[in-house]
Amino acid sequence: MTAVIDTVLDKAYGACVVLRGATLAVRPGTVHALVGENGAGKSTLVKILAGVVRADRGTLSAFGHTVPLASWDRARARAAGIGIVQQHGASAPALSVVENAALGVEGGPVLDLAPVAEQLAATGAKVGLPIDPYARVSTLSLGAAQRAELVAALRLGARLLILDEPTAVLAPVEVEGLLARLRALAADGTSVVIVTHKLDEVRAVADDVTVLRAGVTVATFSTADGPLDTSAIARAMVGSDLPPTMTVSPPAEGAPVALGLRGVSLGGLRDATLDVRAGELVGVAGVDGNGQRELALAVAGLERVARGTVMLGGRDVTRASPARRFAAGLAHVPEDRQHGGLLLEASIADNLALGRADVTGRFRVDRRRVLAHARTQIEVLDIRPPDPAAIARSLSGGNQQKVVIGRELSRPGLVAVVACQPTRGVDLGAVVRIHERLRAAAFAGAGVLVISADLDELLALCHRIVVVLRGAIVGEHVAGAGARAALGALMTGAA
Amino acid sequence: MSWAELRPSPHLKRELIAVVIALLVSLAFGSVLMLVAGKAPGHVWSQMVLRTFGDEYLLGQVLYKATGLALTGLAVALALDVGLFNIGVEGQLVAGVLASGVVGAALPATTPAVIAIPVCLLAAAGAGALVGLVIGGVRIYRDAHEVITSIMLNASITGLALYIGNVALFRGGSTRGPDIAPGAQLPQLGFGGSSVNAVLVLAVLVVAGMWWLRSRTTWGRAWLAVGADPAAARCAGISIGRVQLLAMAGSGALAGLAATNFVLGHKHAFEEGLGRGTGLLGISAALLGRTHPIGVALATLVLGFLSVGGLAVADEVPKELTEMLQGVVVLAAAGAGPWLARREALQARAA
Repeated sequence: MTAVIDTVLDKAYGACVVLRGATLAVRPGTVHALVGENGAGKSTLVKILAGVVRADRGTLSAFGHTVPLASWDRARARAAGIGIVQQHGASAPALSVVENAALGVEGGPVLDLAPVAEQLAATGAKVGLPIDPYARVSTLSLGAAQRAELVAALRLGARLLILDEPTAVLAPVEVEGLLARLRALAADGTSVVIVTHKLDEVRAVADDVTVLRAGVTVATFSTADGPLDTSAIARAMVGSDLPPTMTVSPPAEGAPVALGLRGVSLGGLRDATLDVRAGELVGVAGVDGNGQRELALAVAGLERVARGTVMLGGRDVTRASPARRFAAGLAHVPEDRQHGGLLLEASIADNLALGRADVTGRFRVDRRRVLAHARTQIEVLDIRPPDPAAIARSLSGGNQQKVVIGRELSRPGLVAVVACQPTRGVDLGAVVRIHERLRAAAFAGAGVLVISADLDELLALCHRIVVVLRGAIVGEHVAGAGARAALGALMTGAA
Repeated sequence: MSWAELRPSPHLKRELIAVVIALLVSLAFGSVLMLVAGKAPGHVWSQMVLRTFGDEYLLGQVLYKATGLALTGLAVALALDVGLFNIGVEGQLVAGVLASGVVGAALPATTPAVIAIPVCLLAAAGAGALVGLVIGGVRIYRDAHEVITSIMLNASITGLALYIGNVALFRGGSTRGPDIAPGAQLPQLGFGGSSVNAVLVLAVLVVAGMWWLRSRTTWGRAWLAVGADPAAARCAGISIGRVQLLAMAGSGALAGLAATNFVLGHKHAFEEGLGRGTGLLGISAALLGRTHPIGVALATLVLGFLSVGGLAVADEVPKELTEMLQGVVVLAAAGAGPWLARREALQARAA
């Protein structure tokens, strides 16, 4: 049987070698998981396949035909039947879903969007990912925007569908639906390449697995050789065994409330009441776009609440500016590291010191302290490259996230932490470090609120998990036996 | 924007290349124009350099031009650093000319320099700052775009200054107000009787001060953070509105201060049209200098050389030619920066 994709690739960005002879062979009608740490080159590899990025050297055979890599671009790849859903989205925010779907795809001098919209709606309904074709992308949550791209790629009827971390922004039930759909597509003869770090997804969906590490294919696994050994896959990804994790016991009864919300309403968030006690890790679960964003904005003070009270360490901070809340012991990990979390053009050291008067000094910047602070955080979080002067934009997603975490969780006198999607699109090694830091904050006595679309993350990390649905807190459950099913039901409104 | 300071930013190289490209483009453009005018470019360029740098008076005039431009250029650069385009430097400069001229003339003739000079400097800076505050305030609190409001204020202030001059200041059919107190008059620096004066020293100090503020203090970090990414700055607890408002006040103050080069240092009175064009050319200096204080200072020397050098070779080519080049060099710099950035981005499309 001819492979759908058979490739050997080299790619470097300047002095940074991303792929060195990385290989990938995809069998027809299979789901192929491409796994590896952030920075391993997974995204680059699939972008080359889809014609988004050009390879330096190598060979690529698609559907049995050798293609010239030098002229392989998105239009050629699309014509050959390769569809891609990119990790951070490739939609123009100012355009609607249907306009994005038609962009560069629909030919002819007159653009008729109506049939495209119909097809999108029909495709969405078929795969269980309902979308509004006329919604403007900028008004959608990250998850909804990605769903729209996924449906747009499916509409074109690709013979090879590439998904770069598609499940990062989906709820568990949606993930299940998507994975089931991918299996069905594969059964119909479409080949699927899925980039992911989540081993349970790999186990649930993949026929074959290719593991990339530092731009090299280090291992391949196939269900043809028997059941997948996920611990062997994890070892191949990281190159060693994962360190053991610490556990933080839940706070004693009567521990003081570190972070309290009383009837807080803001935008889509309605009447939210929630207590996070000192030393407690509380998770907020829910499908993206159910009020989590507003909850975080209300806690951080980035938007003024319409109603209600926000308490920090027993003090009413409802009217306080973000700066005052930070001074009073709040840390805030923003939802999107590239839009709000980091100054992408600034160095690691400058990002770690951004807004941190305790590091920079009040007026004159103490550059020696900024540098020392950076070295400490680079060491603690294993930020790579370990160069304080490296520019944030040049870091992988996981390392960018570590910089945000490092800046926020190293604030002195932490009372409460609100972390939004702290490990979205981040590799296993970084997830471990970031969870370690969040646990350490709770262990040191801060109340930690973790907002995540990844229920597994919350179950692994938190003592207690509340669920938001359509802007309201609809229930909660202590982490442990039976939590997953109960929370899953709450998240979809089935409970 | 050179933000990272632990070592020269990777953008520093790009910015320098952009400026070099801009200079080469204007050199080529100027040469073509000279050819069209039937002159040998090599001859005209070398004459421009030789005559300007070979003549003490002309060299002094270059420095005189550069003094005013450095201050208005820094004014524009400061606003650009926080993400605002202060096109109103011209109006803020006129406000400074009027304020320092009126206050200087109102001081008793016996006022000692130690009082007269600071008072006049404060008047000029304060008037400019006030205009800057108005522009910044309506932008931040009323969401009126600063480019629109400042263009309109330029016309209003120029008209207001002329009106006040006509009603109360101008003497005997001239457009010159009364002389400022002798104590407020700043000494010339020689240079063959050219107009360059002690404000040059002030400008050098301000350039150094702005460099220090921008790269060594939390204020500078806040400016650059707000300009580079308001969302990230906000998440880090920086108040965007406050930073932008203060920066607009500072920008206006610098523009107002530029007035002292003309009023205290040269004409010693309020005059209609004094310093005109220095504000708009300051935009060029800021763009060519890539908003970096040292870059702005160097850009003002280039622009000053082009305008004085044009006069020096006026017998060879019309002086409008070098005035055009002042525009070309800025256009090329403004175009080359984004062009280089896009090329880099294409090359380094995320891994």
